[in-house]
Amino acid sequence: MEIVDKLLSHSRLALSKAITAVENEYDDAVKIMTEIYPHTGNAYVIGITGPPGAGKSTLTDKLAKEYRKRGKTVGIVAIDPTSPYSGGAILGDRIRMMDLMADEGIFVRSMATRGSLGGLSQKAGDAVKLMDAYGMDVIIVETVGVGQSEVDIVKTADTTMVVVIPGMGDDIQAIKAGILEIGDLFTINKADREGTDKLNIEIEMMLELNPEHVGWRPPINRTIASKGEGIEAVVDSIEAHKAYLIDSGKLSDIRKKRIKNEVEAMLNDRVNRYIDKEVIQTQGFDDLVVKMQSREIEPYSVVDDIVGKVLK
Amino acid sequence: MANIKVLVAKPGLDGHDRGAKVVARALRDAGFEVIYTGIRLTPEQIAEAALQDDVQVVALSLLSGAHNTLFPKVVELLKEKGLNDVLVLGGGVIPDADIPGLKAAGIAEVFTPGTPTSKIVECIKANVK
Repeated sequence: MEIVDKLLSHSRLALSKAITAVENEYDDAVKIMTEIYPHTGNAYVIGITGPPGAGKSTLTDKLAKEYRKRGKTVGIVAIDPTSPYSGGAILGDRIRMMDLMADEGIFVRSMATRGSLGGLSQKAGDAVKLMDAYGMDVIIVETVGVGQSEVDIVKTADTTMVVVIPGMGDDIQAIKAGILEIGDLFTINKADREGTDKLNIEIEMMLELNPEHVGWRPPINRTIASKGEGIEAVVDSIEAHKAYLIDSGKLSDIRKKRIKNEVEAMLNDRVNRYIDKEVIQTQGFDDLVVKMQSREIEPYSVVDDIVGKVLK
Repeated sequence: MANIKVLVAKPGLDGHDRGAKVVARALRDAGFEVIYTGIRLTPEQIAEAALQDDVQVVALSLLSGAHNTLFPKVVELLKEKGLNDVLVLGGGVIPDADIPGLKAAGIAEVFTPGTPTSKIVECIKANVK
């Protein structure tokens, strides 16, 4: 395919158009992904998550620059939420990375979550694969960790970084437990603010209580991303985690799990769409809902009945 | 499944971004995906961002008077990068007398202060497939 040949020959336009084809589910999307798949598996994927306002985009900008200093090319997928009311979105991550536009060794793609039937995990994963096939050494996926699918995306990275900031009220407890537990490293950004030491201790305590991390103790780094302070140490930590994963053989396990999770997500997405189209969106279903409301029938047998028919 | 993507940018040395932000929000409320890229950008940065996000619309805001130089420059760079179907719109403090020249240079429409944001939304919906 022409677009794939161009992408593999480092055409930025082809890379961009290929990501669009996948995002918008154009007819040629599956063919593109099939053709580039053998060229994937080389890039190192870093997932960055944390609450809104933690400075993830600013940090990503600085991390990308540091990786460039170390001779690596960097792809970035920056994900922002779609408004459930309007269906639109403000994709406000790129604004923190405008310096990077002049560097041909960096490619940034903004992506909106586009609702629960949007297949975000797959699309983000496909964008990562396209950047991988294009030849990026490092790919950073940056997303706010509020939705399950966003946490899932970050979990499929090789190294997952959780970014937090001090002074968030009831501190660590305010942040979803799921996000904290998946961190391979923690970055306390805006570390010039009050509450940094306290937050550091709380994260350490949480790590003590969590038996998950055997063999790798997640380091806690402090940064002031807006000033570019503390960035080298963060990249050093990521590289240390990478070395640990390679030496222990765990990298291969993670990537196997990533493939399994991806296919599982793709299957679930297809099934959900089928059910939405063939069951939920039908008049017959509306009639069933009316009957349930008047208590003529109840949900459990309705579901049993539908599942029985669908799985025939 | 395909939302229209709009890049909102302020080229040159102008920092007055309230209008651009109002437009960005209105476009989001109309269901578009808006990449708001901020102030003090070069035409090169804007064109490269447009390429990377593969946007259908680039909306430029300028209140400092440099529009006759900077707006056409963005159009030129978009074409150089192979982005031939991008709708380029302009807004800000633009004298009526300059509008024909801008349109000749590839700016599809210019929306000056007082324009209801719905007009911008309509223009985009009418011109982007």
